[in-house]
Amino acid sequence: MNLPLRVIDHGTGVTSVAPVLSVSGLTKSYDGRTILDGLDFVIAERQSTALIGANGSGKSTLLRCLIRLTEPTEGRIDMLGQNVTALPPRDLRRFRAEVGIVWQRHNLVPRISALSNVIHGVQSRMSGPRSWFQALAPANVRDEAMACLDRVGLADRAVARVDSLSGGQQQRVAIARMLMQRPAFILADEPDASLDPQTGEEVMALLLGLVREEGLSLLMISHRLEHTLRFSDRILGLSQGRITLDQPTGRANAADLRRFFDHPEAR
Amino acid sequence: MTTLSVPAPPRFRPMGLVNYAALLLVLGLIVSSLAATAPALDKLWRGLARLFSPSGLLTQMFPPDFSRIEPISWKLLETLQMAVAGCFLGLILAVPFAILATDRLSPHPLVRHAARAVIALFRTVPDLVWAIIFIIIVGLGPAAGVMAIMVDKIGFAGRFFAEAMEETDPGPQDALRAIGASRLGMIVSAVFPACLPSFTATSLFALEKSVRGSAALGLVGAGGIGVELKVAFDLFNYDEALAIILLMLALVIAVEQGSGWIRRKLI
Repeated sequence: MNLPLRVIDHGTGVTSVAPVLSVSGLTKSYDGRTILDGLDFVIAERQSTALIGANGSGKSTLLRCLIRLTEPTEGRIDMLGQNVTALPPRDLRRFRAEVGIVWQRHNLVPRISALSNVIHGVQSRMSGPRSWFQALAPANVRDEAMACLDRVGLADRAVARVDSLSGGQQQRVAIARMLMQRPAFILADEPDASLDPQTGEEVMALLLGLVREEGLSLLMISHRLEHTLRFSDRILGLSQGRITLDQPTGRANAADLRRFFDHPEAR
Repeated sequence: MTTLSVPAPPRFRPMGLVNYAALLLVLGLIVSSLAATAPALDKLWRGLARLFSPSGLLTQMFPPDFSRIEPISWKLLETLQMAVAGCFLGLILAVPFAILATDRLSPHPLVRHAARAVIALFRTVPDLVWAIIFIIIVGLGPAAGVMAIMVDKIGFAGRFFAEAMEETDPGPQDALRAIGASRLGMIVSAVFPACLPSFTATSLFALEKSVRGSAALGLVGAGGIGVELKVAFDLFNYDEALAIILLMLALVIAVEQGSGWIRRKLI
């Protein structure tokens, strides 16, 4: 069983808090093959949790199941006070609006500006043409989008086409779009995977800043041991569809963690 | 000579009885079709000789007669207007049909099959037949031509628009779906910008096709320059007919050159 629900208070030690995410008995099978095998874990709010595991261990499937982009086969997910597994489609859409996702590939819309892409984030709470493109957006939405771009250091590239930006800049635009959602919880699927080491570090620091400064909760798939140790409060290790490691990062031993990574440099 | 340890394979793989029968059937179809419908060589030769005789069609066509250039030019303008109006309406209406016919965007498989069937019907029936049908509905004149072009373009563009939407990267659509965007928001914000080059190219080809098609629609009474051409042939004014054909050719070439220029600029 997992450790008791705790969040690391960097000043005084350990404090118990209510869970922002609670998963019980989560199972996902494809064609008779079990990808996730009855997972149980909880995550506290205002915490950065790293999910680690070798390729094919089910990390991305788990993330997709949490917001039902992939439907779980069995089990229950409670996130942000809602039973996600029981939500009807309309409520599921509303629930997803509260969860920001940073994808491995930025998944921005090509051929349009960075600002328009960030404004798409407002579609979590606004529909219609005013949320489609920056030219149609009301002034307050444009201002908020500019503030989000400023938060990731790209306000000066607002009108640039996203496909003209570097990989790191595109990932930061994706984070700005996620901020535009005003999420309470962030899921990040290897946000540094396609970036060079320095840019990857900047992106990870940006995400951790959102946890520390904005009080958001973060569950991120991490494929770099060094980033796992530097940018998380807690580590969950996934192996063959099961949680086989769950401990605060401060107590983690790098040598123990290597088995969860595929990269030779991590081993 | 080199001695091979393994002999070279046979040049042709042996055919089974079914394949032989299929081959014979295809050959029989080709030969019987040619025998039943292709012109006899002697007849063709006599016809070509008549074409160039002093009273022949080609001799009477030269020099072209541009004395009625003003009314012909107005009809030419009407032809272009029919093409533009019909093409515009067809392209606009092709978009919803294409969305409904797309695997990823259609709300239900039954709707998808129905939309594909309608697009196939619109595409399969020739525009001249649509023109005759719309003449019965709205009477002789350009309105019938516009309706015929519109339906033909729904069939033409609907198919290509749907293919373009099928081929787009699903990542940005997934990202907006995860944000909680509505289906319409996702289509307009993520799918349309990605399909813009393909939509533009298809629309310009549709316009070229419409101009070529609208010139012929007048032959059945659906307005445009075709009416003038039919009257010229009916009254044996072959020199005027050549003038009309040359002006039609100029219009088609101008539209093709114009759309080619736009395509190069936009894509």
